[in-house]
Amino acid sequence: MKPIKILGTGMTKFGEHWNKSLVDLAEEAGMKAVKDSNLKLKDLEAIFVGNMLSASVTGQEHLGALVAERLGSKIPAVRIEGACASGAMAVHQACLAIASGHYQKVLVIGVEKMTDLSTAEVNRALMGASAEAEEGVNGFTFASLYALMARVYMEKYGLKEKDLAQVAVKNHAHASLNPLAQFPFKVSLKQVLESPLVADPLKVLDCSGITDGAAAVVLSSRPWTVDNKQISVSIIGNSLISDTLSLSARGEITEQEATRKAVQEALRMAGIKLKEVDLAEVHDCFTIAEIISLESLGFFKKGEAGKATARGETSLNGRLPVNTSGGLKACGHPVGATGVKQIVELALQLRGQAGKRQVKNARIGLAQNIGGSGSTAVIHILERENHV
Amino acid sequence: MYMKKLKKLTRVGLVGYGGYVPRFRIKIDEIAQVWGKEDGKISRGLGIREKSVPDFDEDAVTMAVEAGKIALMRAGIEPEKIGAVFIGSESHPYAVKPSATIVAEALGIGPDYLAADLEFACKAGSAGIQLVAALLEAGQIEYGLAIGTDVAQSKKGDELEYTAGAGAGAFILGRKSGEFLAQIDYFSSFSSNTPDFWRRNGADFPSHGGRFTGEMAYFRHLEEGIKCFLEGSEQKMTDFEEIIFHMPNLKFPLKLGQRLGVKEKQLKQGLIVKQIGNPYSASSLLGLCQVLDKVRKGKKILLAAYGSGAGADILSMRTRSLLLTKRKRGPKLSYFLEQKEEIDYSQYLRKGGYL
Repeated sequence: MKPIKILGTGMTKFGEHWNKSLVDLAEEAGMKAVKDSNLKLKDLEAIFVGNMLSASVTGQEHLGALVAERLGSKIPAVRIEGACASGAMAVHQACLAIASGHYQKVLVIGVEKMTDLSTAEVNRALMGASAEAEEGVNGFTFASLYALMARVYMEKYGLKEKDLAQVAVKNHAHASLNPLAQFPFKVSLKQVLESPLVADPLKVLDCSGITDGAAAVVLSSRPWTVDNKQISVSIIGNSLISDTLSLSARGEITEQEATRKAVQEALRMAGIKLKEVDLAEVHDCFTIAEIISLESLGFFKKGEAGKATARGETSLNGRLPVNTSGGLKACGHPVGATGVKQIVELALQLRGQAGKRQVKNARIGLAQNIGGSGSTAVIHILERENHV
Repeated sequence: MYMKKLKKLTRVGLVGYGGYVPRFRIKIDEIAQVWGKEDGKISRGLGIREKSVPDFDEDAVTMAVEAGKIALMRAGIEPEKIGAVFIGSESHPYAVKPSATIVAEALGIGPDYLAADLEFACKAGSAGIQLVAALLEAGQIEYGLAIGTDVAQSKKGDELEYTAGAGAGAFILGRKSGEFLAQIDYFSSFSSNTPDFWRRNGADFPSHGGRFTGEMAYFRHLEEGIKCFLEGSEQKMTDFEEIIFHMPNLKFPLKLGQRLGVKEKQLKQGLIVKQIGNPYSASSLLGLCQVLDKVRKGKKILLAAYGSGAGADILSMRTRSLLLTKRKRGPKLSYFLEQKEEIDYSQYLRKGGYL
C-alpha cells in the first residue's frame, strides 16, 4: 500500500476522569493531535471516531456530529464501532478513505467513557461484543470467556498461573514509565498471584481495568507539515479480519485465527517480514490474551510465549518489546480508544519521543487490536522514515 | 475561588456534651468471613477491628436521647431553657414526623423551642451545631441542643457493611461565658452538588459511587473546606492540638491528615473509628466527645465533618478550665467503648431486624 503519514498524535491521561465527559476527552485528545501535526483544524477534511459504549454508558449516540460540533467543525464525521477494536477500526477506515483519494487529511479519535457506571453494569455493556444470545444470556462475562481460553491453553501447553502473572508484571513495569497510564506503578509476581480471583484462573491483576480516555491521530496521504526535523512515521500495512462472535463456533480457542490471517495480510501490504518488527502493541485485555496474541501473530511458536515473557524477551530491553505503553492491562483500556492509543504509542516510539520507555533504534512497529473474544482483528504496521 | 473572611463568634460556647455508643460489637473479620473474603484483609485495609451494633429496640431517636441526657448532666441547666433542638441523622425513624420533638420531649425540653430534623449524610449533626451557634450569636436563644445520631445503614454484602456503625453525639451550646467548657471561635461550610452517596426516597439502603466517594467527595470537600476555613479565620493547622476529621474508615482521615501536614499526635485522640466503625452523623461528633473527655484547658480543637452529597462543616474551639469539672458529671465515651459485648453475624442480623 501507499504509506499513510501520521502527522500528529495526542492522548489524554487514561484513568477515572470524573470531571470530563466523553466529548471533553475526545476534544482534548483530538486537539492535541491537531496541534502536534502543525495543521489547523480548518485543514482537516473528515473526522473518524472510534467508540463502543457511548449509548449504553452515557446515552449518547451520533458521535461523529457531536465531536465535530465540539471541535467547531462541520466537515464529514463518522462513528465506527467494532467492540474493543473500534479504535483500530476507525484508523483502518480512515486509511481506506485516504487511500481512495477522497480525503487527504483526516483526524481519527478513539474515545471511551466507562467509569460512570458500576463495574457490573460495565461488564454487562461489554458483553454486547460477544454472541449475546449465546454467551451473554448464559451468564458469561469477558473475564470468564478469557478464563475458559486460559484453562484450555494451560491444559494443552502446561502454562502455569505464574506465567500468566508475568505478563501483568511486565506491563505494569512498562506503565510505570508512562505518565499517561492508568496504573503507572510496578506490581510483583506475588501481588498478581495473590490478587482476588475474578474467573479462575484469572485474578484482578490479570485483567485490564475500567478506564476513561481518548487517543487521536492525524493521518494524511502526504507530509503537509514544513517541519523537516520531525521524524516521519507512516502506516505501511493495515488489515481487518472477522471471525465468529461465539467462542464455541471456533475450531480452536487457544489461538486467534482472525489475528493470524490479518497479520499475514498486513505484512504482505507492507512488504516486510515479521522478523523485521522491532516492537509491538498487542491486545492484552487479559494476560492470557497477550500470550495467545503473540503466538497468533507468529512471534512465538504455540505454547512458547509464556516462557518467552518470563525470560524477558518481551520486556522493554528484550528482543521484542511488547506493550511498552503498559498495554491494556496497565496503561488502561478505554475500549474505543485502545486501538488508537496503540498507534499513538508506536508513533512516539518510532519518532524517539517515548521518554523513559524509549525502545532504541526502533524502525518498525506492529499494533494488534481485538474485538470481542477474537471476533475482529485489526493489524497496523508502522514504519519510521529517516527523511521526509 | 471566592474566599470570605470569617466572623469570629463573640459569645458562643459548649456548655455540655455527651456521647453514646450501643453495647454490641461485631468483628469486621466475622462479616468478611460470611462473604467469603480473605481473612483479615478487609479489617487491615480499612483499619477497623469491629463496629458498634444497636440492640433491636434502639434507633437514632433512642440513642439521641441517651447522648442528650449525658449532655444535660454536664451542662447542669434546666432542660426548659433550651430554645432550639436540631437532630441530624440519615436514619430518622420517620420520613415525616420529626425526631427532634421526640428527643426533646424525652429530655424534658419544651414547649418553647424551635425543633427541626436535619439530613446531610454524615454531617447533619455538625450542621446542627452551626445553626445553634448562629441562633446564639444572634441572641435568639439562651441554649441550644444539636445531636448527630445514626444507625448507619448499609446493604448486606456491600462494602459499607464493614464500617456502618451506630452511635450519637450531643452538644448543648450556650452564650454565658462563665458556663463554657469550650469557646467556639469560628465555623464555616463548603458545599457542592456531588452525588457520591445517596439513598432515594423509599429505598432501604444507600447507594454510593465507589472510588468516586474518595477523591472527588471526601478529600476535595474537606481539603478545600479546611483551606477556606483557615484562610478566612487566619489560623494554621499547626495551631490546633487536637484535630477531628470525619472517619468513614481509618485510611481516609490519616491520608487527609498527611495531605494537610497534620502530625499523628494531633489526630490520634479522636480516631474512634477503629473501635466503632462509622456511625455516619455521629462519627466526627463522637471523635469530639472523646477528645473533650481527655484534653486539658486552653487547647485548640478543629472539627471537620464531611457529609456526602456533599459538604464539609468546620469548627474551631478552645477548651476552658470548666471542662475538667463538667466532664466528671457524666459517663465518658470510654465507658461505652469498654462496656461491650461481642456478637456473631446471626445475632447481628437478628438485632438489625433481618430475621
